[in-house]
Amino acid sequence: MGRQEISARKSGNKLKLPRTIGKGRQVDPKALAEVQALLGDESRQKDLLIEHLHKIQDKYKHLSAANLVALAREMNLSKAEVYEVATFYHHFDVVKEGDAPPPKLTVRVCESLTCSMKGSENLVTSLENTLGKGVRVQRVPCVGRCEKAPVAVVGMNPIEDADAEKVAAAVKNNEIEPESLQVIEHEAYVDNGGYTSYRMCKNGTYNIDKVLDAMDDSGLRGLGGAGFPAGRKWRIVRGMPEPKLMAVNIDEGEPGTLKDKYYLERDPHRFFEGMLIGAWAIGIDEIYIYLRDEYAAIRNVLEVEVAKLVADPPVEDMPIIHLRRGAGAYICGEESAMIESIEGKRGMPRLRPPFVAEVGLFGRPTLEHNMESLYWVRDILEKGPGCLTDHGRNGRVGLRSFSVSGRVNKPGVHVADAGITMIELIEEYCGGMIDGHQFYGYFPGGASGGILPASMGNIPLDFDTLNEYDCFIGSAAIVVFSNQDKARDLAVNAMKFFEEESCGQCTPCRVGTAKAVILMKKPQWDEDLLEELSEVMIDSSICGLGQAAPNPMRSVMKYFPDELTKAGAK
Amino acid sequence: MVINPEELASPISFSLNGETITAGAEETILDAAKRNGVEIPHLCYSQRQGSDGNCRACVVEIDGERVLAPSCCRAPTEDMTVQTNSKRALKSQKMIVELLKSDVSEQAHTLNSELDYWAGKLDIGIPRFEARHQPQADNSHPGIAVNMDACIQCTRCVRACRDEQNNDVIGLARRGTHTQIVFDLDDPMGESTCVACGECVEACPTGALMPADDVGMASPDRMVESGCPFCGVGCQMTYAVKDDKIIYVKGRDGPANHGRLCVKGRYGFDYIHHPHRLTKPLIRRDDAPKSGDFSMDPNDIDKIFREVTWEEALNFAAGGFNKIRDEQGPNALAGFGSAKGSNEEAYLFQKLVRTGFKTNNVDHCTRLCHASSVVALLECLGSGAVSNPVSDVEKADVIIIIGANPTVNHPVAATWMKNAMRRGTKLILMDPRSIELSAQATHHVAFKLGSDVPMLNAIMHVIIEENLTDSKFIAERTEGFEAMKAHLQAYSPETMEPICGVPANTLRQVARLYATASNSIIFWGMGVSQHVHGTDNARCLISLALMTGQIGRPGTGLHPLRGQNNVQGASDMGLIPMVFPDYQPVDDKKSHAYFEELWGCELDNNLGLTVVEIMHAIHDGDLTGLYVQGENPAMSDPDANHARESMAQLQHLVVQDIFLTETAYLADVVLPASAYSEKIGTFTNTDRLVQIGRQAVPPPGDARQDLWIIQEMARRLGLDWNYKDSKEVFEEVRKAVPTMAGMTWQRLEKEGSIVYPCLKEGDLGDDIIFTDTFESANGLGKFVPADIVPPDERPDEEYPFILITGRMLEHWHTGSMTRRSNILDALEPEAVATINPISLDEMSVKTGEMITLSTRRGQISMIARADEGVPTGVVFMAFCYYEAAVNELSNAALDPSAKIPEFKYCAVKVTAGGETMQFHSYGGGQSNNKLM
Repeated sequence: MGRQEISARKSGNKLKLPRTIGKGRQVDPKALAEVQALLGDESRQKDLLIEHLHKIQDKYKHLSAANLVALAREMNLSKAEVYEVATFYHHFDVVKEGDAPPPKLTVRVCESLTCSMKGSENLVTSLENTLGKGVRVQRVPCVGRCEKAPVAVVGMNPIEDADAEKVAAAVKNNEIEPESLQVIEHEAYVDNGGYTSYRMCKNGTYNIDKVLDAMDDSGLRGLGGAGFPAGRKWRIVRGMPEPKLMAVNIDEGEPGTLKDKYYLERDPHRFFEGMLIGAWAIGIDEIYIYLRDEYAAIRNVLEVEVAKLVADPPVEDMPIIHLRRGAGAYICGEESAMIESIEGKRGMPRLRPPFVAEVGLFGRPTLEHNMESLYWVRDILEKGPGCLTDHGRNGRVGLRSFSVSGRVNKPGVHVADAGITMIELIEEYCGGMIDGHQFYGYFPGGASGGILPASMGNIPLDFDTLNEYDCFIGSAAIVVFSNQDKARDLAVNAMKFFEEESCGQCTPCRVGTAKAVILMKKPQWDEDLLEELSEVMIDSSICGLGQAAPNPMRSVMKYFPDELTKAGAK
Repeated sequence: MVINPEELASPISFSLNGETITAGAEETILDAAKRNGVEIPHLCYSQRQGSDGNCRACVVEIDGERVLAPSCCRAPTEDMTVQTNSKRALKSQKMIVELLKSDVSEQAHTLNSELDYWAGKLDIGIPRFEARHQPQADNSHPGIAVNMDACIQCTRCVRACRDEQNNDVIGLARRGTHTQIVFDLDDPMGESTCVACGECVEACPTGALMPADDVGMASPDRMVESGCPFCGVGCQMTYAVKDDKIIYVKGRDGPANHGRLCVKGRYGFDYIHHPHRLTKPLIRRDDAPKSGDFSMDPNDIDKIFREVTWEEALNFAAGGFNKIRDEQGPNALAGFGSAKGSNEEAYLFQKLVRTGFKTNNVDHCTRLCHASSVVALLECLGSGAVSNPVSDVEKADVIIIIGANPTVNHPVAATWMKNAMRRGTKLILMDPRSIELSAQATHHVAFKLGSDVPMLNAIMHVIIEENLTDSKFIAERTEGFEAMKAHLQAYSPETMEPICGVPANTLRQVARLYATASNSIIFWGMGVSQHVHGTDNARCLISLALMTGQIGRPGTGLHPLRGQNNVQGASDMGLIPMVFPDYQPVDDKKSHAYFEELWGCELDNNLGLTVVEIMHAIHDGDLTGLYVQGENPAMSDPDANHARESMAQLQHLVVQDIFLTETAYLADVVLPASAYSEKIGTFTNTDRLVQIGRQAVPPPGDARQDLWIIQEMARRLGLDWNYKDSKEVFEEVRKAVPTMAGMTWQRLEKEGSIVYPCLKEGDLGDDIIFTDTFESANGLGKFVPADIVPPDERPDEEYPFILITGRMLEHWHTGSMTRRSNILDALEPEAVATINPISLDEMSVKTGEMITLSTRRGQISMIARADEGVPTGVVFMAFCYYEAAVNELSNAALDPSAKIPEFKYCAVKVTAGGETMQFHSYGGGQSNNKLM
């Protein structure tokens, strides 16, 4: 028989060569050994994915493809699951074959509102020109130090009131560790009567109904920004079936906000005590604390202080406390996105209903609180609701921790009456405007709360009072700007921030923020189209990010129309 | 998506666009609206992938709510007021579609873009926004074109891959505007772990994922509802036909697959259009002697065969058989039917052999796959059928999978198993190899090859010792337990641990898990059956189910996973030498009489010979004429060189097939036959579902449908047959097989599938059997003890490795079909053997280099592929490669009860290097069927 012999080896491209290995990337034994060594005998459970990614990133300063595949094997996850999580968070550097790993040292320069007003762009440019190839200069969103803007972070070492020289010095001296904080440590806290209230709750001295009543009477509202009455939230979750969980949100990422950091840098146990009392009141035996990765110094403090607390617990059956580390994602400040992140996933907000109180972390009823909301609990129990309700002005009741930054003489956290006006706050707490700067406008609630002009500086600042102006106070992060700034530029900065930080899940936010940035960068704004887009983003986005993203842009059209005319645009 | 949707609770009434309508408790606003004729735009939602709520195109206005709500995710509540078309809702719906339109490129990749559909409905013109930067096309996969310029990030593909098929290759990476669909680590699809099930392509609403080569841009002339020709799962599918060629297929909502398919089903259809199709009858040239040691190229047949008319071919074919029957007696003849053909073909084929050849020498490939399972099941339970369908995994708490690799060989069945495990069902995987399912297993019991019986006996020992038996079930429904109990005394896990290599404690845990679960189900495959102790293995599994009462209820039972698309039916139809249709023994007076009456002639009452016995009989000169319909023993029989030599010795070999197979090469007459999609017929899947397969295209050239060929042969063998069509044959099947008596052709055509037993017309059919009684004479299940029987040929100094043969995902059996399919051939172009990287290291062989395997029976060379899942000292190889036919190496030693050969174990020598494989005109990635 006339054979027409063909060998796949010889015939070149016509014939295909078989795969030499199974389908897809195979596990590299060396990379697997590295990962196994890093993970040690820690649990491989799914929700620890981000924690384990941090271990690899910390050690090798990037995540190699080989290590990701090895981690997937080790945790019995698919490669896609590991990759999508690793690429979601800004603080992970995924490096594939053929790509150069980033330099060992990264300098992160904040480019959010206050830092940009204070010259972050120039700082970035000069650092890029001076630091050389061995250092990566990265533009990053707010790092929570707006009172000392501009800020650069060398490795984990924050340089406040940064300039190129200060940064270069830190780089040169390899000063890359976070600052050390002088906090009220466990011993001191306990010596001053700390955890007495918690013990009194546990031993029955405090009656649960009275505690709940005190919470209601104090008028304490969720201080992450939503302002949901804390007492009511406790009662709702208390009524849910066990087992229940608590999740504490310290992903303080709203540009301009630094209050949680402020309290934790001083008195972390006050927060722990409030947290434990909350857990007692609701019937929770497991607590997850989610801290943004930018707060490295606080992470060190919390790790040490939680360990001390666990080693010397105020009660025998204290709940289990888990510390979880964010990885650079503003969206994880959104309660359901944070829950997803604690579960080891991408921080994509969930659709509601069901609400977190019903179906939250790991599918269980969950009490989620901003750190500060818990911080006040001890005072409410010990001093009574009056510690809050005795304060307030202009018809409003309570205290607010205002994070003020921008063109004022004394920026920082100011605990002031709820209902105080912007003008009062500048004058009474912030030492007035910086010389040469005239009060022109302000962001009452970070990047997402909209922008108000100086002429509206006499509105009481509190939850609900700004709704009629299409603004909100949120986490009370106030950015004051002057006649040397343009509201329009700041609005573009805010929209770019939202574009960068959108999780990408829903169309109006993912596509809407990107299209808005393009339109807002044009010399002439298409105001009709932007307004239409705004309405759709507000109406149809899944979560608060997309719903609030148009606020600064709309504020400009509404309150700073002069800047949009041809003359104003210059 | 669920296999058995729950009943809807009491309805809810709400106002939709001013009209009061009702919705079921589980219904969303979108579903309820659709049911009431109100269309709401939607993209990320689909019935298959469910709702995710990310695209927001379906937002509606609900009275009293601050923002709009996604109607695909929201269930209406009593008295809710919803507007789908208010100015506000429409503004959002339109802008969302506009935003997405602005981001996808103008280049269309599909004729059925859902995005374009809604853009048209909502009257959206040119988007007012600038487009995004478009990603590059990824054409790295032979079957799937990835055009992410059409992607709208709706994640339907992610959910199809992750939640439905559980392959988890597709992810949604990065964030914000950079959000991107990726494969593994953003690898080219063709280099990813993708198994090409194509579910993502079917899910994609915009053409970002499409069949390769733009076939999706063609409008089919017709869509034909039919089935898959490959494995026993029995997936239903629709063939898209243009100019009498199948251009693509889509999954259909059949009971076994609910729309899902695997790579073979979705991309393996085009073999029927390969240029090698036989289109003319052939007769061997006088000057072309037969030789078992041959090399053949199906492209070059003129030197061996001459084309003849059907008349000449049929006369010659039948004449040869008549002559042998008349001169040498009926037992000098035999027939191999096919588990690939329809029930009607199988029925007629065995009837031809029994009434035309007048012998019971009729068998088929079940002998090589599940004969031992069937023998054990008949012996212990009185029926060889599966007790419960695959879909019962949904109701099972524990699944045992032993000696089966469903993700490779029953991929769609595996998806249901993986879905169940995702919901918490526990898997006990018993396999010496680590396979894909190992990752999901609660226990992967990696026992030593061939030690099934000691392992299973030890497990049963624990169940008895720890009193985990179901004594009521044993007392009421079984016999022989006391003897079994006594027999198992000697098999403590501690004693068996060194024999089966499984820690005693694991054996105990597994025993407890299986026995104490509310519902446990057992699946098994060739790893159990293809041993000299295959029947014993199956007996043990049956005993395990009987002593724990894990049978006869939903979510329990015994399921030998059937390999061929109609191996169940071919067996039911009597393509077995010992039994008539419906497993009626040929030596039983009553059944003998029944079939003599039905067929109107005398029948032989001696047991016929089985596949391997036939080969031996030929070798010994006792059998000289063989009729092979759609089988390829030259590749599939163990010790294939021996089989080829035997067949070369035949006086008269007639092969009826669609290609010139290795077997056909040895034929005296070759009859060009029809492929699955070229005829109508019924096929019985692994769940006992009888399903209808419809003709999509005509057979090529002068090729004929098998039913016609068999009938023409029968007439020339002296039988007066006048079956008009499959339907008429099926009417006779109903008389021959009482469990199918209630099925009507009309109902099959209407419903597509009916499960048996279906005793009388109108019966729904029982998907679960043995609920009250077994099929044995006394209705009881029988315990049959099994002793340890070692494998026939164990490793020694000269042949130190163990060789396991089996199959691979992309190629079907002997490769005659799939290696002629463009995509499957491109995915797995040439012969590979998988081997542990440590073993390769020891030989200083790198993955991808050549190795040579030799046994006492033969020697072949192929590419080594490192696979950590294969134990050290073991080689695994699929038998689909003609250039390295592993069955030339396998051992023909038989199980004494079932006569099944020991494909799963023989001693082999592995050496580095080897002769380069020689390809002919197919395989090696050459397939280039023109479909359009």
